Amino acid sequence: MADQAVFADEAMQYAPQLFAAAMRMTRNRADAEDLVQEAYLKGFRSFHTFTEGTNLRAWLFRILTNTYINKYRKKQRSFDESDLGDIEDLYLYKRMGTFEDASIGRSAEESLMAMLPDDEVKQALEGLPENFRLPVILADVEGFAYKEIAEMLDIPIGTVMSRLHRGRKAMQKALHEYAVARGLQRDEAPQ
Amino acid sequence: MDACDEPDCEATLKELHVFLDDELSTEASASIRGHLEHCPDCFGAFDFHAELKQVISAKCRNEEMPPGLLSRIERCFDTDFDGDGEIG
Repeated sequence: MADQAVFADEAMQYAPQLFAAAMRMTRNRADAEDLVQEAYLKGFRSFHTFTEGTNLRAWLFRILTNTYINKYRKKQRSFDESDLGDIEDLYLYKRMGTFEDASIGRSAEESLMAMLPDDEVKQALEGLPENFRLPVILADVEGFAYKEIAEMLDIPIGTVMSRLHRGRKAMQKALHEYAVARGLQRDEAPQ
Repeated sequence: MDACDEPDCEATLKELHVFLDDELSTEASASIRGHLEHCPDCFGAFDFHAELKQVISAKCRNEEMPPGLLSRIERCFDTDFDGDGEIG
């Protein structure tokens, strides 16, 4: 049985990550702070159920995610998978990925890191409907495995994979739209 | 029948994201890696998506902790909220 006194020592190091994830989930600072606080309180109270030696980080993220789903997720109209539209594979790569295309304006030296502003990347993620945003946060931002994500969201692994696939494409489309809006690229379909 | 039994470009690109997520079996992963090693086109796609994933992670994790949040959380560990004589 894990000791509560140990909780502060071991769990607090994850606070910055949990807060960043909470920001991407709730999309506002006040809710994100509340969400993190509540997750830590729940974690503290139920730490006696945590099996020492297992993945504390995943355990905390699971509490955060569940708390978000149960308390902070606004009642939305149910988002059909087809609401994301049909976006082709390798969407962003076909438009920004290669150096040869003069319309892209990406020099060989320019990294994606430099080309994509922080706030646009965050917005592209936050603009995703929740069903797609949560898997992308857990996989691409936080690096959890499909199995872990499936457990956290209580959905089958196949559903995790398909929502990741669609969510990532939608995020790429949004990133491209921002780049076009900034004038970084002309909005040309690939040859 | 291919002597080396490697996936072609179409098959590689289809599995690219699962490969990048490190969720393919050891054998399937090795097959994809084999194709990427001698196919610059597919390698380019792989390289782009690997970088994009890192960029998304780094930028979306980049968030300043609000001042006082840590201490507010830690205070919970000392407080008996529900008056049951126990902390928490």
